[in-house]
Amino acid sequence: MSFKTVFTPAIPAIIAANAPKIVAQDVNVYYGEKSAIKELSITIPDKAVSAFIGPSGCGKSTFLRSINRMNDTIPSCRVTGKIAFDGMDIYDRAVDVVELRARIGMVFQKPNPFPKSIFENVAYGVRIHGLAKDKVDLERIVTESLQRASLWDEVKDRLAHAGTGLSGGQQQRLCIARAIAVNPEVILMDEPCSALDPIATARIEELISDLKQNFCIVIVTHSMQQAARVSDLTAFFHLGTLVEVGDTDAVFTNPQEKRTQDYITGRFG
Amino acid sequence: MSDHIVKAYDSDLAQLKSMLSEMGGMAEEQLAKAIDALIRRDLKLADSVIAADQLLDAKEIEVEERAVLTIAKRQPMAQDLRNVMVTIRIAADIERIGDLAKNIAKRSHAIYDGIPQRLTKGLERMGQLSQAQLKLVLDAFASSDADKAMDVWRHDEDIDALYNSIFRELLTYMMEDPRMIGACTHLLFATKNIERIGDHATNIAENIYYLVHGYMLKEQRPKNDKTSVTPFSSLNND
Amino acid sequence: MPNFTSSPRTLKRNRSERIFRAICQSAIALTALFLVFLISNLAINAIPSLTQYVVRLSLVVDPAKVDATQIAAGDFQAIVRTAIAAEFPDVTAKPEKKKLVKLFSTSIAENLQRQVTADPSLIGKTITVEGPLAADADSFLKGQQMSVSALGENSDFEARALAKLKEAGKLTREFSWSLLTNGDSRSPEKAGLRGAFMGSLFTIAITLLVALPLGVAAALYLEEFARQSRLRDLIEVNINNLAAVPSIIFGLLGLAVFVNKFGLPRSSPLVGGLVLALLVLPTIIIASRAALRSVPPSIREAALGVGASHQQSVFHHVLPLAVPGILTGTILGVARALGETAPLLMIGMVAFIADVPTRITDAATALPVQVYLWSALPEAAFRSRTSVAILALLIVLFVFNALAIWLRNRFERRW
Repeated sequence: MSFKTVFTPAIPAIIAANAPKIVAQDVNVYYGEKSAIKELSITIPDKAVSAFIGPSGCGKSTFLRSINRMNDTIPSCRVTGKIAFDGMDIYDRAVDVVELRARIGMVFQKPNPFPKSIFENVAYGVRIHGLAKDKVDLERIVTESLQRASLWDEVKDRLAHAGTGLSGGQQQRLCIARAIAVNPEVILMDEPCSALDPIATARIEELISDLKQNFCIVIVTHSMQQAARVSDLTAFFHLGTLVEVGDTDAVFTNPQEKRTQDYITGRFG
Repeated sequence: MSDHIVKAYDSDLAQLKSMLSEMGGMAEEQLAKAIDALIRRDLKLADSVIAADQLLDAKEIEVEERAVLTIAKRQPMAQDLRNVMVTIRIAADIERIGDLAKNIAKRSHAIYDGIPQRLTKGLERMGQLSQAQLKLVLDAFASSDADKAMDVWRHDEDIDALYNSIFRELLTYMMEDPRMIGACTHLLFATKNIERIGDHATNIAENIYYLVHGYMLKEQRPKNDKTSVTPFSSLNND
Repeated sequence: MPNFTSSPRTLKRNRSERIFRAICQSAIALTALFLVFLISNLAINAIPSLTQYVVRLSLVVDPAKVDATQIAAGDFQAIVRTAIAAEFPDVTAKPEKKKLVKLFSTSIAENLQRQVTADPSLIGKTITVEGPLAADADSFLKGQQMSVSALGENSDFEARALAKLKEAGKLTREFSWSLLTNGDSRSPEKAGLRGAFMGSLFTIAITLLVALPLGVAAALYLEEFARQSRLRDLIEVNINNLAAVPSIIFGLLGLAVFVNKFGLPRSSPLVGGLVLALLVLPTIIIASRAALRSVPPSIREAALGVGASHQQSVFHHVLPLAVPGILTGTILGVARALGETAPLLMIGMVAFIADVPTRITDAATALPVQVYLWSALPEAAFRSRTSVAILALLIVLFVFNALAIWLRNRFERRW
């Protein structure tokens, strides 16, 4: 009797089902002489959450920061290969970084609201990109962004208060509101919950699930449980290489690579 | 597989496994004793089997609690998660095997002195076969050997085939001698129980396959139990 | 039962900790002692100068000596001399009369001239004029000098004359406002700090106007925009070295460049300010860079993350957050400039200038230079005034430092 094996498909289901938003091909990132990312190719689907996991120093944050060219601020950093956003190579000479970052928002590890009022925090990006027609329009955008970041009810009575006076979880949601206020298509999140308590983390995760209806979300996380909870696609990085990428459901129950298996089961040497 | 960074996690999993092996050993013993009791009409032995089933039930509850605790404490992933889940499922299968063995033992009382020795010959063979299957599948679990488990899975056909022939045989006896109907019915139930034990062994084999490979066996198991579709009239035509 | 009593080892450790703490405390105590000693010494020396004996002379504005059409040419000294003689009718000998006149400050005549100039109708009338005693007489009355004569000669005659005036109630001891309102003078009783104060004010204003924008711009460029390069490293090293260059070198530089090459007026606050600006520029650059660096990178990232350009992130976020630190550094730098003497000596701000400067190109002196000038003068009254000048300088510095602390606390943001 022959056994037909039911195998994880070569192309993850989420990539097959959703349009590709970001396609990286043979990406190498160097810090000076040191190679941080080696020959990385990955397709990140739109309207879904993709999680990058891996031990510290594996290059997941480096790659995340290559997607919105945040690495440009580090003089020694060099990127080769191609990262395409809707087909356009973001490292092309014609690409204006400022325009790119308006379309690819970012949320950082530590909540980093500007030391300004809650309103100003959200309004800042809108102002510098000239997205609001007038004051009423600006207020509408700020309100909507705060609502979408499910922070509105908590702050609507104190928009003039300092953003830094909020709790950690609220600050992080404020940062998310700030990111979505400029109407990006992609939101990159660099360990957005690592400084938060479990309740605040749950709120952010709930928010991420809401946001994926409209955005392509890429999240770097140290918490495998978090990646398992929120993401559709999981990519495992190790020593600067992409070891495995697949549907989250498959990666966390049946990883194909031994290194992935060892990492997610807590056996990493 | 290398060890976990957290040593206590390893010992948790090892403990689960050893508890399950212990359960398997108990079930094997129960099955052997039950069949022995039935064949030799040893009512004392049968009673001891019936009494010991409680221990197996208690053990199953213990394994389940341990497994739940491990999930809560360690949040197992991938292989480890499958390991814990499979442990729970196998424990349930073994517990059912224990119940079925108890049921066989109970029937010793009913058929006591009732039937001639030769009628239990087929049952004895079937019992040996199922015991061998159970032992093999428990070994396969102990060594996480999916191929061995698949052997068990495939060979359940043999038990089914044997069950078919015993079924026919017993029916024939009953037709020949209506006084035998009571005892034969009990024997029929006992063989059916053994056949069910074989099914549980294949369940365990499937779980071992899932544990090792990470996906469920989607193949239909080769079945040879035709008793439920055998028309009574066909026997006359033999 | 566990034994937690000290072992010999821990005893030794505890002892060394106690000794270390005692050394630190005594160092602080010593510093405080020095400070108390300095301040109290200055204060004790300064107290006599804070008050002044003022005399009221009733005199006739003699039309023969002052012509209403040419008041400036009037001989007011003669009028005052006559009035003094009138106070002491029993003194007739000429040498004695001269001695009497020397007891009174020449500023009495100046006051009289001012009054008459303001109101020419006073000519021919009898009026009362106020003015300080001469410094020697003043010092003698305050007990600073054993004799009215600075040389310590017998001065019984003068002492009797002063006693007589005092008895007649013509002498009153008043706060010497002239210290604050007058410019410098050769006569101690007339000398004031206003000229030096205004000189310092102009100088520091120039320093601030030049050094702050330049320093902040340089710091911004080096910290935020300059690419890592050999040239940048070279500039950095040089800025750090510049901060350690002796201040007198800056004075020489100022003399050579601003005065001789550009022909800017010597002794002027303009040149002084420029020189001091060069002096504090490295300090401001270093302080500003430190302030810029202390702004958490997360703020820059946040700004860049929403699509702000590099310049926007710097000017909208980083610079405003660095302002308190920059201001603190600047104020401390300026406070240092305020106390600088050497470079000002080199560019000629050490000259005796009696007039209070009104423009940045006027010849002027500065507070620390005034201290230096007065301290070199022999009169006992100037010794005391030197202390007053030092205290004034310290108070200004104290105000600057307090301002720096206030600014830091007021605007510093915490993350």
